[in-house]
Amino acid sequence: MSEMTTSRRSFLKLISAAGGGLVMGVPLSGCASNITARSHEPGEYHHDAFLQITPSSAIHFYMPRSEMGQGIYHGLTTLIAEELNTSPELITVHNAPAGDAFANPAYGVQATGGSTSMKQHFLPLRQTAANARAALLNAASKKLGEPVDQLSLIDGKIVTRSSTKPAEYPFGDFVEQANQLPTPKDTPLKPASQFRFIGKDRPRIDGQLKSTGQAKFGIDADFPGLKRAAVKLCPVHGGQVKNYDDSQAKTMAGVLQVVNFGQGVAVIADHYWQAKQAVAQLQIEWQMPELAKISTAELQQTLKQTLSDEEGQEARKVGDGRTALSKSAKTFAAEYWAPYIAHATMEPMNCTVHLQEQRCDVWVGSQAPQAAQATVAQIVGLDREQVEVHSMFLGGGFGRRSNLDYIEQAAVIAKLSGLPVQLVWSREDDMQNDYYRPASLAHFEAGINDQGKLEVLSAKRAGPNVMPYTLEEFVPTVAPQFLAGNLAKWAGKQTHGLMKNWVVDESSVEGLVDDYQVANKECRHITVDPGLTTGAWRAVGHSFSAFFIESFMDEIAHGSNQDPLQFRLDHSQHDPRFTRTLQLAAEKANWGSAQHPGAAQGIAVHSSFDSVSAQVAEVTVENGKINIHRIVCAIDCGTVVNPDIVIAQMESCINFGLTAALYSQIDLVNGAVQQSNFHDYPMLRMTEAPTIEVHIVPSNEPPTGVGEPGLPPVAPAVANAIFAATGKRLRSLPLTLG
Amino acid sequence: MISFQLNGQPVTTDAAPDTPLLWVIRDLFQLKGSKFGCGMGLCGACTMHLDGEAVRTCVLPIAAIAGKQITTIEGLSPEGSLHKVQQAWIDHSVAQCGYCQSGQIMSAAALLANNSNPSDSEIDQAMQGNICRCGTYPRIKQAIKDAASELNSSVSYYEPDNTPLRHSQEAIS
Repeated sequence: MSEMTTSRRSFLKLISAAGGGLVMGVPLSGCASNITARSHEPGEYHHDAFLQITPSSAIHFYMPRSEMGQGIYHGLTTLIAEELNTSPELITVHNAPAGDAFANPAYGVQATGGSTSMKQHFLPLRQTAANARAALLNAASKKLGEPVDQLSLIDGKIVTRSSTKPAEYPFGDFVEQANQLPTPKDTPLKPASQFRFIGKDRPRIDGQLKSTGQAKFGIDADFPGLKRAAVKLCPVHGGQVKNYDDSQAKTMAGVLQVVNFGQGVAVIADHYWQAKQAVAQLQIEWQMPELAKISTAELQQTLKQTLSDEEGQEARKVGDGRTALSKSAKTFAAEYWAPYIAHATMEPMNCTVHLQEQRCDVWVGSQAPQAAQATVAQIVGLDREQVEVHSMFLGGGFGRRSNLDYIEQAAVIAKLSGLPVQLVWSREDDMQNDYYRPASLAHFEAGINDQGKLEVLSAKRAGPNVMPYTLEEFVPTVAPQFLAGNLAKWAGKQTHGLMKNWVVDESSVEGLVDDYQVANKECRHITVDPGLTTGAWRAVGHSFSAFFIESFMDEIAHGSNQDPLQFRLDHSQHDPRFTRTLQLAAEKANWGSAQHPGAAQGIAVHSSFDSVSAQVAEVTVENGKINIHRIVCAIDCGTVVNPDIVIAQMESCINFGLTAALYSQIDLVNGAVQQSNFHDYPMLRMTEAPTIEVHIVPSNEPPTGVGEPGLPPVAPAVANAIFAATGKRLRSLPLTLG
Repeated sequence: MISFQLNGQPVTTDAAPDTPLLWVIRDLFQLKGSKFGCGMGLCGACTMHLDGEAVRTCVLPIAAIAGKQITTIEGLSPEGSLHKVQQAWIDHSVAQCGYCQSGQIMSAAALLANNSNPSDSEIDQAMQGNICRCGTYPRIKQAIKDAASELNSSVSYYEPDNTPLRHSQEAIS
């Protein structure tokens, strides 16, 4: 067993390549296994790294982050392309396997989430490619006998400018020489004035794969001999199989095995449909978990009672906190509700596992391939380096694919059956076994002075936390391999108690009172968790906190006869990015005068993931039906690598956020999730999708988040527009007019 | 045994007659471009053409397609070329996660085959059965309009672009 160290995370190095391939990037340590090496040409040096340039001039880039729609596959390739001065289309991109080398610097593990990818990789990946550029130029200088300043590198070629013998040579001609020269370090990056690709629109390089059916998602993994598994899981999450009768299922065509894996029973068949049909014939008696006592009809009431009875833990306090309320000229109070909601990625959870002697291959679309590797290794009883993760495109992530449950299940089924198996969840399995956005109830109070200025802002939230469920899965996978499985699991579970009693989970309170400057602020938290698994759902805490605070700000503005835009500006002068973004949205939307005939406008703004987004919604209400006509969005996300992808992400955040604002709700009855498919958990469709206009705030600051920050403002902008249209204040999601 | 035409080729399958076409195409004919999303005909990820019409194949038993012509995303345009709708999708960077896009493209191509100049509401109606969780609807609509105007300005009705496929993906096994 080899030991991994983490100290080399940011250590960039040029590796001498014995076989002629130039390899740049973060090397794996001695734990680099042979099975993760990739060979592109005979005689090439095998190693994991970000960038490989072969003697035949092919450029291979190992994509360290998971592509789930956000466009990072294109975005990070653009960084490599810029410093190699070579079109992104000429670079062959590979989704990286599991490995320390591909850790997200934000987390120290290989995870994609938190809108961190461009922010974290913007400089390091450019440095990798710039060093490769310098290595090739130095090698060419030596081999051609030309001064290096007479050479340039463009679209896969070295070009000599010398007047005596101008010529072009393919990169690959100099790879062998580059390996024999000292490693360039800290090569100056291209100045922004010379950018060919960064900051420019360019069609996504995964566009063709995804428009021709050729992009490979987890569910598309296939090889001769692969079998398919369908499962029947306990209707109450966390229940266990007590008894089961598979006599009928076993007689059905194509059925190979029936496997009880504790949380459910799997049928393995030659083809998926056979497995699916047979699963319907299983008779299972369940050992129900505690969750079976819970119905969400009473949850809101329980949380309401808790909010009034308990002080909670302090998460934020500025000045005298809420005690300053007594001095205010006028006070406001309101309570807001957001239900449990599901991710509903278009590709249901699935995972393919092929377990062989001393080796295991896993094909999966995951936001956490390294954790997937560790958990599979633990389950099948191999060392981590004997497990190879084939990272596939993700048919939507939104946080759901950072969890490991479906991967663990596939590994257990493969181990118990001894068969190479692809586990595919049905839509119903997926909907009813999610890691849901936690339900939240929050009580807000505010006080203004006689000039209408906020003096006090206070929020108290009650509900479940996300982090303990995430840590419960992750702690064992990041624990040293020598720590016994059960001990690591125990360590993971301790986070539930920790967050209940000692530490406030930041994702439960983020954004509740953070954006506005108020002399006295307070935020408190009470953990109330019925035990339904929760997880990161696009924008995490901000996805509900923005609805709460931005609705409340609107209420205070209207309640004190102030313009909602000006009221926000008056309390955010400390944050120029915030006010600039807000003003841009208001200006582009022509705030105060809706473009759509008869529509009312609502405004909201929110900071998240180091970015700011402001939105103006134009809404009409007809016979109780909410029609959303237009959303004008402004975003400040620092330096933009591809403006069109930023615009696309805002469109995505807005439409994804509108589904949640208008439709999404998960209900438990006796612990069982009632929603099952798109008929009772509907999605926004084309007819309901509004016109969206996106305006990017020009910026030279470092890049910040894009995949999530466009989501938080949309629900409150719509709710505020509904108030403007009808005079009705909707304080519960999803938004409905009774 | 059920016989039908798959992307212009005669094929035969011994799958049970109640097997949905989607799973026959994915598991038995190994064409993975058509996706499983809901299993109830609600999301459109599995859309293929049945004698030129867009159909939801996750609920279409193969017993119903004997002798018919089935086209999947893989057969939408001749090998190595792109349908106008696909080209418009690439030009507009429509796809995000991309999982639903084969189905979206098949619905759009069927619409344009029947109506080369659809109105906004005709586009809405034709695409209403296809869910995109990434919310790419504005670009889908724009791409359909561009593909329509491309089709209308072409000399012949069907003239696939000869742009070579320029980006390949590593084999998966």
